Amino acid sequence: MSRTMTEIRWHGRGGQGAKTACLLLADAAFASGKYVQGFPEYGPERMGAPITAYNRISDAPCTVHSNIYKPNYVVVVDETLLRAVDVTAGLDPQGAIVINSPRAPEELRPLLRGYSGKVCTLDARRISEQYLGRYFPNTPMLAAIVKVSGVLEPDRFIADMEASFRHKFASKPQVIEGNMKCLTESMKEVRGA
Amino acid sequence: MSIRDRLSGNEAIAHAMRQIDPDVFAAFPITPSTEIPQYFAQYVADGKVGTEYVTVESEHSSMSTCIGAAAAGARAVTATSSAGLAFMYEVLYVAASSRLPITLACVNRTLTGPININNDHSDSMGARDSGWLQIYSENNQEAYDNYLQAMRISEHPSVRLPIMICQDGFITSHAVENILLEEDEVVKRFVGEYRPEHALIGRDNPLAVGPYDTCPFCMEHKVQQAEAMKNAKKVILDVAADFERTFGRKYGFFEEYRMEDAEVALVLIGSTAGTAKACIEKLRANGIKAGLVKVRVFRPFPMEEIANALRNVKAVAVMDKSEGYSACGGPLFAEVRSACYDLDTPPKMIDVVYGLAGRDCAVEDIERVYLHLMKIAETGIVGPRYIHMGQRSSQEEVL
Amino acid sequence: MNFIKAESITESSTWQEMTPGGEIYEGGTSRLTKTGDWRSNRPVWDIQKCRQCLLCAPFCPDSSIPVKDGKREDFDYDHCKGCGICRTVCPFAAIHMEQEAR
Repeated sequence: MSRTMTEIRWHGRGGQGAKTACLLLADAAFASGKYVQGFPEYGPERMGAPITAYNRISDAPCTVHSNIYKPNYVVVVDETLLRAVDVTAGLDPQGAIVINSPRAPEELRPLLRGYSGKVCTLDARRISEQYLGRYFPNTPMLAAIVKVSGVLEPDRFIADMEASFRHKFASKPQVIEGNMKCLTESMKEVRGA
Repeated sequence: MSIRDRLSGNEAIAHAMRQIDPDVFAAFPITPSTEIPQYFAQYVADGKVGTEYVTVESEHSSMSTCIGAAAAGARAVTATSSAGLAFMYEVLYVAASSRLPITLACVNRTLTGPININNDHSDSMGARDSGWLQIYSENNQEAYDNYLQAMRISEHPSVRLPIMICQDGFITSHAVENILLEEDEVVKRFVGEYRPEHALIGRDNPLAVGPYDTCPFCMEHKVQQAEAMKNAKKVILDVAADFERTFGRKYGFFEEYRMEDAEVALVLIGSTAGTAKACIEKLRANGIKAGLVKVRVFRPFPMEEIANALRNVKAVAVMDKSEGYSACGGPLFAEVRSACYDLDTPPKMIDVVYGLAGRDCAVEDIERVYLHLMKIAETGIVGPRYIHMGQRSSQEEVL
Repeated sequence: MNFIKAESITESSTWQEMTPGGEIYEGGTSRLTKTGDWRSNRPVWDIQKCRQCLLCAPFCPDSSIPVKDGKREDFDYDHCKGCGICRTVCPFAAIHMEQEAR
């Protein structure tokens, strides 16, 4: 594995948009000129069931087509997964875990099965409900992982996402501002970064 | 100029289909189908293609529709997966024996049962004797490139056989990766128009297709099919050469990766090749001369060429991503081992059945296979020839 | 252009001499198969009793009752298999079956 490669594992529940966030990150990294992979681990799609998705982001093409067992970063889109799933399995202690939670990072560390690396949290629910009026945790968590991992240059990321939203929401431009606010506020508010 | 983009394997195939703008797309567009008919339906709805998009009640009917359309003189395509391909089984043979160049995008997924939707090659391997050409892809780029080459191979007058372009379900079909796309006009020019010599519609002379073929004639027609499959080898290489001239990416019957001085080698199909390449780089940094033969064309099977590629290797593991339940190895093993029979000193060879029903295969798994091959190469002792890898076991397994 | 005529394909043709997939490039090729050889009973037409109602012709499964200018002619014994349907449908008993003598 080349040292220029960043591997990220997403844990979420079906319906929360972890897969979408994973694909959005791949899009944003692609826009920054990177080689990317974004792929979910597939099974029957059931609302609420634990799901996993993966990103590889690199300056060189990546040919590996397996799941990621030793991620540099882990994103947990649903805090309740901490007890159900070994989210820090194989996680690089030099990396970090980013958890969607209103709690402080040190409050969650005891749940992380001895993980010694950096723990970050973001209250994605509050931010999402404040700026989007509904609970879409994936956009805030996307911003958080970009901030924590440093895998993308933040200003470029924000600009690319705005362009992407303008394209995606061409028929409902009123939601663009909320989504952008979600991203910028999340990057500011993520704790432990 | 190639266009830099990022697409999933399914999107890449749908994109190629839009560029080619086939006459007829017949699909059973719900599970176990793929996203391909879904993306294509959007192109139809948006008026981006002139294709007659026919939604039918089963895959048996989607293939039957393709057969009718192709016999009428249309360029007909479909896409399916897993049980959908199995449901086409009867008419796959009709398409091939009627010598109709239909293009099928196959997203490889396991055949139930037990009930499972994940990747392996049991669907298309089950159809390997149906008379279809089969080309497999490592990633989204190869799926796209192979699709662009498919029709020129399949429609060639010396071939006239239907073709499956296969890629690994989920692993590449649903994974977004970088890809180089080609411009619409260049693609259209490369693929060309379908001009069959005979057709049911639009010709002055009448035509009957698929007649009852009595015993005194039927074997001759099957021999014709077998000959067409042999003819396809030259056409596949010719089209690949033109593809390289036009788009700059090189293809053959298989890809040899670090085979020039390899002592141990894998022979496998599909996305695992990329994982194996990463493993080879790691092993070579430690002085292990590991190589890979990634089979792209499985039907026709490049027998002499594969044997030639393996002639100087000491130990080979064929990796089958489907079971043959033959009690002695999977379908790829049978072909590769048979190919090497004519070598004066064939390499030691084992079959590793892996990745069934979506069982993941990581760099470390591949590494175990290479290290096992090193042991075989050093000791000359092969041990068990038919091995499964990746399953939990209460006893000590070879891998 | 491959236009091999059906009449040139026989049971001694090689695979190279046959059309791909058994395609047939012309109509009416069943004429080339003399199914009359299969017949063990032979229909005989009694022209005196026949009223030319033409019921027999469309019933014949082998198109072996030629009709010309609105009138039937004698059987096409090259293709008639001797099934006897014509005899059964004839309202005037103008057709009877005889043992085929070859």
